[in-house]
Parts: sequence; structure tokens; C-alpha cells
Amino acid sequence: MALLQIAEPGMSSAPHQHRLAVGIDLGTTNSLVASVRSGTAVCLTDAQGRALLPSVVRYHSSGAVDVGDLAQQSQAEDSRNTIVSVKRFMGRGVSDVAHIENAPYDFVDAPGMLQIRTCAGVRSPVEVSAEILRVLRARAEASLGGPLVGAVVTVPAYFDEAQRQATKEAARLAGLEVLRLLNEPTAAAIAYGLDHAVEGVYAVFDLGGGTFDISILRLTQGVFEVLATNGDAALGGDDFDHRVFCWLLEQCGLHQLGPRDTRLLLTKAREAKEALTLHASARVTAQLDNGEVIEATLTSEIFTDITRTLVQKTLAPTRKALRDAALQVSDVKGVVMVGGSTRMPQIQQAVGAFFGCEPLNNLDPDKVVALGAAMQADVLAGNKAAGDDWLLLDVIPLSLGIETMGELVERIVPRNSTLPVARAQEFTTFKDGQTAMRFHVVQGERERVGDCRSLAHFELRGIPPMVAGAARIRVMFQVDADGLLSVTAREISTGVEAAVSVKPAFGLADEDISRMLRDSFEHAKEDMHLRALNEARVDAQRLIEAVHSALEADHELLESEERAAIDCRIEELQSAMKSEDHRAVKTATDALNRVTDTFAARRMDRQVAQVLKGRRVNELDF
Amino acid sequence: MSKTNAAAEKVLTFKPTAALTRCVWRVAAMSTPFDATSAALDHFALFGLPQRYAIDQRALEQSYRDVQTKVHPDRFAQASAAEQRVSLQWATRANEAYQTLRDPLQRARHLLELRGVDCGLETNTAMPADFLMQQMQWREALEEACDDRDLAALEQLAQELAQQTSARLQHLAQHLDGVRDDLAAAGELRCLIFMQKFSLAIDDAREGIEGHA
Repeated sequence: MALLQIAEPGMSSAPHQHRLAVGIDLGTTNSLVASVRSGTAVCLTDAQGRALLPSVVRYHSSGAVDVGDLAQQSQAEDSRNTIVSVKRFMGRGVSDVAHIENAPYDFVDAPGMLQIRTCAGVRSPVEVSAEILRVLRARAEASLGGPLVGAVVTVPAYFDEAQRQATKEAARLAGLEVLRLLNEPTAAAIAYGLDHAVEGVYAVFDLGGGTFDISILRLTQGVFEVLATNGDAALGGDDFDHRVFCWLLEQCGLHQLGPRDTRLLLTKAREAKEALTLHASARVTAQLDNGEVIEATLTSEIFTDITRTLVQKTLAPTRKALRDAALQVSDVKGVVMVGGSTRMPQIQQAVGAFFGCEPLNNLDPDKVVALGAAMQADVLAGNKAAGDDWLLLDVIPLSLGIETMGELVERIVPRNSTLPVARAQEFTTFKDGQTAMRFHVVQGERERVGDCRSLAHFELRGIPPMVAGAARIRVMFQVDADGLLSVTAREISTGVEAAVSVKPAFGLADEDISRMLRDSFEHAKEDMHLRALNEARVDAQRLIEAVHSALEADHELLESEERAAIDCRIEELQSAMKSEDHRAVKTATDALNRVTDTFAARRMDRQVAQVLKGRRVNELDF
Repeated sequence: MSKTNAAAEKVLTFKPTAALTRCVWRVAAMSTPFDATSAALDHFALFGLPQRYAIDQRALEQSYRDVQTKVHPDRFAQASAAEQRVSLQWATRANEAYQTLRDPLQRARHLLELRGVDCGLETNTAMPADFLMQQMQWREALEEACDDRDLAALEQLAQELAQQTSARLQHLAQHLDGVRDDLAAAGELRCLIFMQKFSLAIDDAREGIEGHA
């Protein structure tokens, strides 16, 4: 790290403004927000000094919403309206969620993603998550003293497209600008790697409340490269609680519990599990709704026994990740343990035995993900000087493909491809005069469509009538740095372009999203129009600044009339910003963006050319 | 072998909807940069490397990182939409080029493409007779090992495969960089791709046995 900065003559710029950006760990059990202050990442606390916000949301019939500890305390008394572990429902339908019969909620099975009927109305998991994010955003703005330019929100590495989209949507609903969706183990690796200045191949073993990830990374000077990732998006501490819960039912001869008793015993089960981290046995007592008092003693041996298969379930993905990275156990220098559930001695032992080394526990497993996310947010917000920052290369966790004959999957983007990635495949018509085609996009590793997740159906219409086989339809999958997919299809043989663009929305139709936005504004008593206007103005201002600094650096790449066109659009945008019409601001922003397209491309060409200049000569003959 | 043929000429159908004719037919798989006229984009040139099979892995990695450091979307999180789009395209292209060049088989295939040689991976399934015999023996050995759940036998098979692969890779290198014979290289490449698939099958078998241990 540079201790003093020496400005070269003519290079000194205006004092750099520190932009407020945060990292958010939106966890199954707890959520956190962290930020970099004076060069160090810290978790931001609430007024009581607590960093962990329980990921629990309670809806009241009055429309009021409790989030966090208060909601958690009312879990047993109002379990139907108190949503815990909502992360398990993100981007999921009713049939996708294990043990859903034990969840004390009134589910509504909407296409794509389930919803929950509460006393305040039907809520999507996206809305419930947005409540949690809103509290964290308010906490951060109070603590940092200003509006945020954006947030890095973490997701389990093994989250699929639907779950990622849902998370991004929740952040949007909470009024957060998502700088990047960051994989949780990768965030942990950043925090660990920077803190300990390590190099080499490391594994991050991340067992949270509801999700399991294993990532293999290569850490080198200034580069974090994910080699492979694997996991189980439905395996976590909750499942261990559930095993204890079932054991309790069996021990005490209980059947058919009401929602309140179910919640109570699940809480008792979790407490017993946590007690076993430090003690050899844990005593469970509880008074049920009907007055009956139950008692049981859970020993470490029993716990090990009833959760053995769960522990084993973490090892198969670990093996697969190593294999995909083309590495042996012996290549791994260390295993970083992340997530509260790695506190279980059973997990520590299993991981130690598998890798043949002591797991690394020197960072707080609850906080490390938020801290890493905050560091990345600091980089993305542009608060770090070039050379003082790092490069992060992450991968897509699950393969993407298209349905083919016999309900089989044709893989187009393989899992563990480094992001961003694009792949195209060409198709042609099967019948004479065929003018339309229908595609089904899926994600997963299995060969049969039914075993993979269905992401989107889309149709390409307007293909000019030709004989069978003459049309050339190019289907392109582009996965961006957030791991989000867009698909386009285009007929290229005749030059006639019929393009469609699919951003899979996973059951959340546009109307749903606007309804949620409306609801959230009513709830927050904010003016929707005002916020839209503000956001449009912020975007416009950011763009003008970006264009100005690009012009300053590379103005010679433009012909004088090109420069004039850009200047003209800047002026138009500036006058649009004075209006009260957010659409006018947006239109002028888009226009400025379009007119700078070529300029942006030329600038990048030059950058890349500069990187390779000078090297070409000495490396031509090695 | 017929399996590959079938895969190459797979007819795709989609779930019935009344309004549409649903049958499409795959023409060719291709990896893709953003440029639509992409067939012969030179990945070697992108990283300033000579167009040949033997490659300096370190120089490749270094160039790749240098390029990504400049073009990666993380560098443009605060930039204009136009710059973000260009960054996405460039970073995608750099990944594509890097993944292609660091894998020996993909690198060979790319080199042959640049030289205008059709490797016939999807159409030419004619293999030398001795190679086919070898394949059959291996398949039988694999099936037997699976039936007996014999990890040691699988390990031995994997080693044998690895040895033959490295011998063939040497031939490939000679055909591409030494006494140049692109057609022989293409033939060698087709065999190697079969062997790579077989190697994955061994891994799957191992995983199946270990998973149930």
C-alpha cells in the first residue's frame, strides 16, 4: 500500500471524493452490512451496537413491518406472519423447497416463485428480502452519513440464475444500486487473502444457514481467480436443526404439531445444536401449546449419528469442484472456513480429514463475507487507486443450455466458465416456409430437461420464409459479471434481423414488479415519482462525469464533428436534468450513451493495444 | 461411434405450441466473440503470442491478466453504459481466447481453423482401425471395472489413457509445429477428443463408486 502519493506534474486531479459503498451479506439466518472506512473494512452496527441482523421479517395487519431481533422474538407467537429463512424461497416454487410442510406459512404457488399469504397481504420472497435490505441500507446511510452510490450484495456461489435475479430484484426494490452480485466464498477469499497476504490455491468451505458452497481459488499478486465452484443451494444449518427436530419428535412421541409448536421446537433444536459446539450434551425442555412439557437430552454422539449423511453431502460437491479445477487434494494450501455452521465440530473434523490439514478459522465466519463484499464495493465505487486494487475472476456455477429433441439438454455454456462469457450456437429451420421458432432455456448439469431448472421460453418470429435448412438462426448466450444471463436470437443468412432479447424474470412479471414498487413506496411513504426523478438525475450526472473524464483523457480519438455531437448531447442532457420529467432525463441519457459508443470502443482498443505493446517484441521468440 | 454422428445431426424439437413450427436443426456449434463475422478471430494475436502450438504458459497467463486488468467490467462499474458494454465484450473475448489457448486440444483446433483446415470434428468420424480396437477394449475394461466397483482397475485404466494421451499430444505438436502436416494433425486431434471424452467417463465412474462408498 502506498504510504504517500506523489503526483506527477500535470497529472494531479481534483481531490478524490470518497464514494459511499457497502457490502451486504444477505444471509439465510443473519444479514450484515459492512463498509470500508479509512482503509479498513468494518461491519456497521445498529443503535444497540449489534452487527448481525436476524433475517426475520414480521408482518402486522396494520401494515407495519418488524425486521430483525424484534421479529425474531415473535417467531413462536405469530409464526404464520413471521418469515424466517426467506432465502430458501428465493427464486423457488413450492415443490422445490425441502421440508416445506414444516414451514408454518400459507404458501401461494405462483409460477416461477412461491409467495406467502400474510395478514398484510400476499408477499413474494423478493419483497420479504427487500425489507431486510431496506433496514441495512438505512443503517448504512445513518452510519456513513449520506446516500450510497451502491452496494455489493453477496449470493451463494451455487445460486442459480433464478435465485440471482430474485436477489438483484430485492435490492432494486430496497432502493439499492447493485454494483455487483458477488459469490459468498469469493467475498470470503478476498477478505482472507488480503488480510493474510497469501498466495497459492485455497479452498473456501462455506456452510451457512441454508446453503453450502465450495470454491477453489488461485490467489496471486492482485488476482483472485476462481477455478471451480460447487455446492448445494439447499443444504445448511437449517437442515441440521431439522434432523434434531425430527429426533425430538421421535423421542417425545409427538405427531402433527401446530405452527407455533413447530417453530418452538425448531428453535429449541437449533439451540441444542449450538450448545453442542462447546459441550458434550445439551438438554432440551419445552412447553407445548397444550401445556405438555417435553424433555430430552441430545448428546454429541447422537447428533453425529443423525447428521452423518448431511456432513457427507458436503464432500461430494467438494470432490467435484477439485476435479473441475483439475487439482488434487494435495494442491490445496489451505481451507478457509466460512458460515456459522462450520462451527460444528463434526464439520471441522470432516473437512480436516478430507483435505488432510487443519481448517483455517482465523476470521469470524459470520462476518468475513460482508467484509469481503465491502472491500469489493470500495474497488467498484472507484475509491482505490489503480495498482492498489485487484482483479476478481469468478465463474458460473451451473451449465446453461437449450432443450432439444427427446427433452434432452444441449449444453451451451459449461459450468465453471470464467465470467463474463458468451457462447453462440446456430440453428436452422426444419420445414419449408417456417417463420418462427421456439426455444426453452434451462440451467443444470443433468441430461434431461425435467431435472434441470427451466429459466425461460422464448420465440423468434419473423424469419423470412425459406426452404428448410436455409435460414441461419444464431442463438447467443451472454452471461455478465454478475452471473446473469441474457439470450438473443437473430436470423443472419438473409441479413434480415429478427432479434429477441430474453432476461428471464422467473415468474416475476413486470406488473408484479411495479406492484411491489408501488407497495413499497406506500409503505415507506416515499414519492415514487420523486425517487424515479432523483435516480434518473443521479444516473445522468454520473454519465456526464464519466464522459467528461473520458474526453479529458482521450479527446484526440475523436474527429471534430464527433466531438461536437457529444458536446451537443451533453448540453441537451444538462437541460433535461432541469426538468421535472424523469422520462426526458432518461431519454437524453440514452442519447448521450449512444453517441459515445464508438468513442468507448476506440478507447478500449487503445488500452488493450498499450498493454501488449513492448511485450510483443521480446516474447515472439521464446 | 455412431453416437457422435447422431449428436452432430441432432434434430431439435420443442414442446408443442399450436402457433409454431417447432423443429429446428443444429448447424454447428461454435464458440463466439461478439463480432458476428468471427470465424477466424486470432486468439494468439490478442495476447501478442506467436501463432503456433507450443505455447509459453506464463506469457499467456500474464497477457491474459494484463488485458483483463484493463477491460474487466469491475473497472467500469462507475462508467457510462457505452463503456460498460464495450468492457463486457472485451472481457468476454479475453476469456474466450484464454480458455481456448490454455487447453491443448482447443488450442490445436483453433490453430487448424486459423490455417483454414476443417478438423471435421462433427462430420468426420472415420478413425484408424487400431484406434477403434483400442477404444473397444477400453470401453469393455471400463464396464467391467464399474460392474466390479473396482477403483484400482479404474485407476490403472486412467493411467494407461494418460500415457497414450501424452504420446499423442507429442505427435500433434510435431504435426503442427515441426514437419507441418495439418491433415495428420486433424486426425490426431479427433482421436484425442475421443480420449478426452473417455477420460471423463472414467471420472464419472470413479465418482459414482466413491459417492456410494
